[in-house]
Amino acid sequence: MTGGTQRAVRITDTTLRDGSHAMSHQFTEEQVRATVHALDSSGVEVIEVSHGDGVGGSSFNYGFSRVDEMQLIAAAAEEAKRARIAILLVPGIGTMDDLRAARENGAAIARIATHCTEADVSVQHFGIARSLGMETVGFLMMSHRTTPDELARQARIMVDAGADCVYAVDSAGALVLDEARLRIAALVAEVGEDAQVGFHGHQNLSLGVANSVLAFQTGARQIDGSLCALGAGAGNSPTEVLAATFNHLGVETGVDVGGVLDAAEEVVRPYLPRWPKADRTAIVQGWAGVYSSFLLHAEHAAERYQVPAHKILQKAGELGYVGGQEDMLIDIALQMAQERDLAATGAR
Amino acid sequence: MSKVLAAIIGPGNIGTDLLAKLRRSDVIEVGYVVGVVESDGLRRARDLGIAASADGLDWLLEQDPLPDIVFDATSAKAHRAAAPRLADAGIVAIDLTPAAVGPLVCPPVNFHEHVDAPNINMISCGAQATVPIVHAVSRVVDVAYAEIVASVAAKSAGPGTRANIDEFTHTTSRAVRELGGTPKGKAIIVLNPVEPPMIMRDTVFCAIPPDADHDLITESVRLRVAEVQQYVPGYQLRAAPQFDEPREQWNGNGRVSVFLEVRGAGDYLPQYAGNLDIMTAAAARVGELVATKLSQAVTA
Repeated sequence: MTGGTQRAVRITDTTLRDGSHAMSHQFTEEQVRATVHALDSSGVEVIEVSHGDGVGGSSFNYGFSRVDEMQLIAAAAEEAKRARIAILLVPGIGTMDDLRAARENGAAIARIATHCTEADVSVQHFGIARSLGMETVGFLMMSHRTTPDELARQARIMVDAGADCVYAVDSAGALVLDEARLRIAALVAEVGEDAQVGFHGHQNLSLGVANSVLAFQTGARQIDGSLCALGAGAGNSPTEVLAATFNHLGVETGVDVGGVLDAAEEVVRPYLPRWPKADRTAIVQGWAGVYSSFLLHAEHAAERYQVPAHKILQKAGELGYVGGQEDMLIDIALQMAQERDLAATGAR
Repeated sequence: MSKVLAAIIGPGNIGTDLLAKLRRSDVIEVGYVVGVVESDGLRRARDLGIAASADGLDWLLEQDPLPDIVFDATSAKAHRAAAPRLADAGIVAIDLTPAAVGPLVCPPVNFHEHVDAPNINMISCGAQATVPIVHAVSRVVDVAYAEIVASVAAKSAGPGTRANIDEFTHTTSRAVRELGGTPKGKAIIVLNPVEPPMIMRDTVFCAIPPDADHDLITESVRLRVAEVQQYVPGYQLRAAPQFDEPREQWNGNGRVSVFLEVRGAGDYLPQYAGNLDIMTAAAARVGELVATKLSQAVTA
């Protein structure tokens, strides 16, 4: 293993990446600089900055970035005195060109994300990241969609490809306590001697922090959070709650609790479009196991085609759509609208 | 009119499905199937009475008569090695690998520009499914930017695609620009493991001028879909093209979105693998067009 943390737990803050979903990818350079400054001064060691769907994600399908993400990554790297900047790359959306550009702009950690059963598409990207001298993290998304044993097999593919750490990512906020614990246990058993294990939680069923504590107790060393929970769906495990909780448990994270509380309240809260919360649509995401980033896209399709957002999401869960298939939410809304119109014609 | 003699190299899933399609052709006869190891594909070809060998291109180039057309369903690396030898032998190569030795061709869009090309590349499944639509829009209005999203069943994405997924993204976005007719293009691919496997889906987004004639675009797209259906019967619109009003964050452009489903013919590959079917169907289509041209040349 070449990278990872020496601490019991390292908190990676993803306000400026997962939070990008909740911001509809409209972050300004000033917001990024202020957030990085606040996190860095509070002792947060890793700060992720990217379009919500990873580098290269700016698009019709996921939403165009207001500011070029490479400019935001460069600003973040310049602003951080101690913290290192991480980026997310989803193979199939972003490419090695985006990875190289991120490295040139100061990113030090590459987090490569795939659906939980498709780890083999990331092999080439781990190779490039390592050759660029980056620390690496594998990000197994929607990990509720497979068994702990299969998740461990997929983690092995990433570690063999060069991942310093592999995360069980609860993209849908669908894992309930033991379900998270068993996945972390399987990952630790499979790759624990060669790599670290991490957990990324969402609050759709309000269990992001509880699952993170269980993950730590089961051997996870890297935990993700976002200030004010800013992130997809009902938001992420809040960084400030994670910091306070681990501090309460006597677990050293290096993060100053007062500092991140101030960062959440004084830096992030003023620019929140809305405080992420477990409302009907977000709960349906956790309940039906739907990719959290679908939330705003479902709401937009709902408004455009006059069908209920939570029903679009419910259907996306039934059809088993995975991260990246935001276009299918429009398709579902269109089909629902066509059925509604047919029914109305039939009733006449 | 006698049929034009063809060979298939690479008797895997793609080669076998292509063989099934070419067996229905009025203008092509597959005389040879070639691999580099003994395989089920070679045995299936022999069962059909086709000369098949595990001794690769060396064997094929010793045959008399030589084929006029070779379909290559191996790998990019193997095709780069085979291409000059096929060219020297005067054989037209139709390349289903990502090698891109010859021009990128999508039958309804630009085959007419490459009728005499000695080597034709079939680009990618995503390109075959979406470039016809981008082009259908760009032939009636300016398209400042086009983006395509291809969703395929995880089971239908082979090890070659998985090991180099960036190749798909790069080649497909290049085709969206160069053949689609737009200065900026982006391609996205998503693998979905859901069971039962999902049928290939493609979405095409084009940025269009605020005053674009929506009816003209819709008509052009519908005509184009009908053209593709001639060789991919399971290619269809999920809904009429959808138009969004211009937005500031789209540089003042409007947007047309086209939602497609590509159901395979189920010749050898399962129906959900529309991504593989559209490759073999497009290659067979190009093969027939080339064969027709070769026969006309002989007749003349």
